[in-house]
Amino acid sequence: MQKIRDVIIIGCGVVGAATAYALARYDVDVLILEKENDVSSGTSKANSAILHAGYDPRPGSLMATLNVAGSRLSKTICHDLNVPYINCGSLVLAFSDADLITLESLLERGRQNGVEGLEILPPERLFELEPKLSRHVKGALLARTAAIVNPWEFTLAMAENAVENGTTLRLNEKVTAIRKVTDGYEVETNQDVHRARFVINAAGAHADTIHNMIAPPAFRIIPDKGEYYVLDKSEGTRVRHIIFQCPTPLGKGTLVAPTTDGNLIVGPNNELTEKKEDTVTSARGLVEVKERAFKSVPSIDFSQNVRNFSGVRAATEIDDFIIGEADGSPGFFDLAGIKSPGLTAAAAIGEMAVTLLAGRGLALTPRVNLVTKRNKIRFNRMSVEEKKTLISANPDYGQIVCRCESVTLGEVKAALHSPIPAVSVEGVKRRCHAGSGRCQGGFCGPRVVEIIAAEHGISPLDVPLDRAGSTILIGRTKGGDA
Amino acid sequence: MYDLIVIGAGPAGLAAAITAAKNGLKKILIAERDREAGGILNQCIHNGFGLHYFKEELTGPEYASRFIRMLADLNIELMLNAMVLEITPERHVHVINRDVGYKVLEAKSIVLAMGCRERTRGAIAIPGSRPAGVLTAGAAQRYVNMEGYMVGRRVLVLGSGDIGLIMARRLTLEGAEVLACLEIMPYSSGLMRNVVQCLDDYDIPLLLSHTIVEIRGDKRVEEAVVARVDQNLKPIAGTEMTFTCDTILLSVGLIPENELTDKAGIEIDPRTKGAIVRENMETSCHGIFACGNVVHVHDLVDFVTEESEIAGRGAAEFVLNEKSETADEMTLLCGDGVSYVVPQIVRRERVAKTQTVYFRVNRLFDKSRVVIRSGENEIAAFKRPYMAPGEMEHVKIPKALLDKAEGAIVISVEEDVS
Repeated sequence: MQKIRDVIIIGCGVVGAATAYALARYDVDVLILEKENDVSSGTSKANSAILHAGYDPRPGSLMATLNVAGSRLSKTICHDLNVPYINCGSLVLAFSDADLITLESLLERGRQNGVEGLEILPPERLFELEPKLSRHVKGALLARTAAIVNPWEFTLAMAENAVENGTTLRLNEKVTAIRKVTDGYEVETNQDVHRARFVINAAGAHADTIHNMIAPPAFRIIPDKGEYYVLDKSEGTRVRHIIFQCPTPLGKGTLVAPTTDGNLIVGPNNELTEKKEDTVTSARGLVEVKERAFKSVPSIDFSQNVRNFSGVRAATEIDDFIIGEADGSPGFFDLAGIKSPGLTAAAAIGEMAVTLLAGRGLALTPRVNLVTKRNKIRFNRMSVEEKKTLISANPDYGQIVCRCESVTLGEVKAALHSPIPAVSVEGVKRRCHAGSGRCQGGFCGPRVVEIIAAEHGISPLDVPLDRAGSTILIGRTKGGDA
Repeated sequence: MYDLIVIGAGPAGLAAAITAAKNGLKKILIAERDREAGGILNQCIHNGFGLHYFKEELTGPEYASRFIRMLADLNIELMLNAMVLEITPERHVHVINRDVGYKVLEAKSIVLAMGCRERTRGAIAIPGSRPAGVLTAGAAQRYVNMEGYMVGRRVLVLGSGDIGLIMARRLTLEGAEVLACLEIMPYSSGLMRNVVQCLDDYDIPLLLSHTIVEIRGDKRVEEAVVARVDQNLKPIAGTEMTFTCDTILLSVGLIPENELTDKAGIEIDPRTKGAIVRENMETSCHGIFACGNVVHVHDLVDFVTEESEIAGRGAAEFVLNEKSETADEMTLLCGDGVSYVVPQIVRRERVAKTQTVYFRVNRLFDKSRVVIRSGENEIAAFKRPYMAPGEMEHVKIPKALLDKAEGAIVISVEEDVS
């Protein structure tokens, strides 16, 4: 018989990770089940990478409260866990008189939501701040508290901290059934059966499927896809703020923003899709994104594109997050429908989940010897003196693996031996940026495969590009094993 | 203080260092980021190298080894696994290596020879899913020729760059089925000889004016949707066909790697994406030279060697016998039919007998004339039976003719209707 845990969290995207992080402050026995071979494998790695200020959600909604609270919490967490975070501020552009009225209502909503530092700027001040904006812009709402973050590192950092504080993470475990048992739940996966007093459903785009395993259907995830461009660092200073257009009923529109790595991100559009893991980009979608972005910033040089991606928002029919106990299932909590501003709100959602669990009787004794910090070496951000010291202490930091991003062997090895070790080429990239630059792993890809194989003691033939089974090499050449 | 620091030990860096040593420089260092010298030649195990320079046919590693062998005799220092992080206009070179740590080295001259990189899927924004099995032809070449691993069984090659053509043949020899090579332009972007020897000889179709409009597959590539393109290179609806394949190799262009150059504030030519160079391969920064694919993408290594010897001589002359700055800089400009010229600037008093000018045409030309003009005056013309963008062209302009020019020189191509 399995031991009975306190809490099982299903899904290790940003919401699952934030919940685990919040729970790990206490002496609680937590198990996270993640169906992929790495954390942050779904929407949490494929989004706009924005921490929204919070003027957009309807006042009084969960979204509004959790957005504003999450924006503050995330800043602290990024600081504590050494996650790239830049408080660059955002601008919502108005192109018409109607848009100017929208700005006023956003400003008012923001005030009601408790967002500080909002101001409507006239064109002259705006163009001083952002000279590359279209001259058709008639004004903009400046939100000083908006920020950019590295979303997968944010997720990973919280998950790693939870693991360092005793949380168990089981990867490649897909939940197949959930049963109510005395004093809790039994959660069956493709690998094992687990038991816990409480279950947290943080399954993102699959949250309805998980919910329906134990409770009557209450909501349906309507996957809503958005496509993006990531441009080279040569375009990374095209704008300094996150540049939005006025929101529509479909969402916050297409944005142009710097990234914490110094690139430029452009996207998304909105496309309803049948499939929850439809991360395919389309010619039509990419053209649409490009055209919409030109409206804000006409000079973007798309020839500097390094990568396209698309992500699926876990939207529902309900215009709010769905957070609470599932009908007739005491101790089973949904954290569902976490669309935008989900990344921003995640940290606050995690804290709210802890409160809900406590309300059902989870004892919250503070953890002793709590790990609160996370060390992370980023060679290319160090000073010359720091680099010298680092290399003399560990020569692996004197050997560059990824030339575009100046990522060292030391960093790649650290990624492979971190609390949640990378198992794939993309996993290494998400942890230390090897292969994320302009050559997209053309040079370092074969090296990274070799290092993963050596460090994990496996054959290069078994090293995946990303998800389990996505191997790159298919066999030896003729005489290649000689 | 080094006389010369060369960045990169590929064919360009090797030839530049060797020539500089033969021309009198004593203390020379080559910093190479890889584990061995030779650069990309090490993975080019096919033959065809050296026909012009050595008048014989060598493989890539053989071609490189002829130069590598000379380093020791000439007392040229080679630092491997060494990454140059920064160079400054004052000729300070920041380099790291696991054994020497972080060093800031000073040099009387620098030769930039970092080569080029391949354009990626992102650069051409191919829509679809992002499974394993999409890789650049050069990465595939490294896996197959250096690591001994196969990258796929049913392969589609997108782009007809030379590495793509070479890899179409290589993978066929390894037992893979190469379904087709697709080229968005109406002509091959690689050498004609490679089209014949790597595709035609193996019955691999070359589909001109075609491109991939969607990649499909979950974990591994499963299908590629291919369409014909119109004159504006836009896919034509209704021409789609689906190939079942597990691998897509990309050979869609090479880009000089000039991040160091750019950071040092050296002027870059937007046409070549390499440094603007003078007749002796000197960049806009005094004492810093550049040669090989970091300046412009060459078709044959033989021409890289020739050009790098010029840079090596330039560096030696600069260190041993620095001439005073001169004002007479003549600019070479691209006229009709020409996509770039190298060098972009010539100081006539430094030209001995002739000045070689490399260029590429921007479309196919049958019988034509390469015309050199100064203002309204035609100062020289060279006949060509055929020119294609995939092949680098050059003309040798006699100094006597250059001396007649006033102001900038324009190089253009005209159909020869005579």
